[in-house]
Amino acid sequence: MTQPATLQEPIAQGAKSKALVIKNLSKEYVKGKPVLTDISLEIEAKGITAIIGPSGTGKSTLIRCINRLVDPTTGDILFNGQNLATLSGRQLRNARRHIGMVFQEYNLLERLSVMENVLSGRLGYVSVWRAWLRKFSAEDVDKAFALLEQVGMADFANQRADALSGGQRQRVSIARALMQSPDILLADEPTSSLDPKTSVEILELMTDQAKLNHIPVIINIHDVSLAKRFADRIIGMSSGSIVFDGKPEDLQNDHLKSIYGGEDWLT
Amino acid sequence: MNQPTLDKSTFMEKRTWTRFSPVERTARFIFYFVTVAVIVVSLQTIEVIPEFLLDAPEQIGDMLNRMWPPDVSYYPSTIHEAMLETIHIATLGTLLAIVMAIPIGVMVAENVTQNKALNWFARLILVSSRSINSLVWALLFVAILGPGPLAGAFAIAFRSIGFIGKLFGEALEESAPGPIEALRTTGAPWFSIMTMGYWPQVVPTFWAIVLFRWDINLRESAVLGLVGAGGIGVALNTALELFYWDRVSMVLLSMLVVVAIVEVLVTQIRKRII
Repeated sequence: MTQPATLQEPIAQGAKSKALVIKNLSKEYVKGKPVLTDISLEIEAKGITAIIGPSGTGKSTLIRCINRLVDPTTGDILFNGQNLATLSGRQLRNARRHIGMVFQEYNLLERLSVMENVLSGRLGYVSVWRAWLRKFSAEDVDKAFALLEQVGMADFANQRADALSGGQRQRVSIARALMQSPDILLADEPTSSLDPKTSVEILELMTDQAKLNHIPVIINIHDVSLAKRFADRIIGMSSGSIVFDGKPEDLQNDHLKSIYGGEDWLT
Repeated sequence: MNQPTLDKSTFMEKRTWTRFSPVERTARFIFYFVTVAVIVVSLQTIEVIPEFLLDAPEQIGDMLNRMWPPDVSYYPSTIHEAMLETIHIATLGTLLAIVMAIPIGVMVAENVTQNKALNWFARLILVSSRSINSLVWALLFVAILGPGPLAGAFAIAFRSIGFIGKLFGEALEESAPGPIEALRTTGAPWFSIMTMGYWPQVVPTFWAIVLFRWDINLRESAVLGLVGAGGIGVALNTALELFYWDRVSMVLLSMLVVVAIVEVLVTQIRKRII
């Protein structure tokens, strides 16, 4: 691995603390119309960080820049001793193996079994032949069963994903992300398609698993009360910038006003 | 907060609505006018001879008379073997087409192959394949490989590439992007994303396309014999040239039965896979 000399120092810092460091990150889908402007953040290697903010404010873009589903326009993303923002090809694929992600719409392969969906978390490690023939190692299969057990879906291993309910699907998708043995877990609105009770269960599962595996979690969420209940740290975003960054108990109505605008809804 | 200021003038203004704007109306008029003009001009060019047209019912009656009863003994002596050959041509041609159409379908799908040049190259192949009729393909392959069923199978295959490749490519383009994104985040290589991400999503459509094309190919390969590319068409051609109308009707009847059986078969299989 050859890295540009200028980046040696911050990378060394990132490697030491295992933290995620975002520096001066900007993203413009259309030139001159930034969605993210100059975001700088440091996220510790533990704990739950919730990003709140109105729709269209760049929360999803920010989280997707981290695993490069979206390519940032400028800025650095330092993680595990690498600058994720500059990686491409095989290096990017290898870096992605260490970043798990959970989506709002679960994004399971509907026509494949629950087991295949969980095992697909290993695709970064398994050869294309073995993936095609579904010849996953016994170790992987054992781990998949153990994870299904932990997320409470062990009885569903051979069911097709399209037979599951929303909450069940999200459990499987969490198992898939954990199957990667990630160093960090990203979640993009993981509960927005679920009912309130299931939402709480899913967030409990994610936070428990994060503690168990000693990994940090970054959650995009627009439900402020859920964010306050589960997060150790809350980041408030408004029109592409961070306007609040602190502990849940410090989040006051004034902050919410500056995040979401208006005040009629705060009653 | 909620105090809309109602401007009296906008409130009272008389508003009109029409389905089409004047430009659209003119365009529609031109369209209808051209359609009628085309029909009139076409009728003049084909020079309908009224006597022949009036004569037609009588001719049809005469032909049906000669066709009935069909010569059943022609089936075991000639048709059976030719029919099997036709089925073989259609099946082999379809299989050959699948092998060639899958890579081209992958290449033409813009979400899978993110390279405009490759997309256009694949599109060119698909359009060329479809723009040439099966019979013309058969003439070409008879010239290259000599007459016989092999030329027929190649003709069927080359005509089918365009059909299968185009529809397969469209199925790939319509597959859900979410699960693909999920696999990309695991660090999966391109080929694994193809086999575990795209393939499970398009597999029912793919087999439906292939079965449909096989069905079409059975009917198309029936006429390939007319240009010497083997199959039932040869038997049909011989009977036609010798004016054995009872044999002609037997050939047509056998084809009808086979096509009907295939129709039922394909519908049943399609139900199972989807």
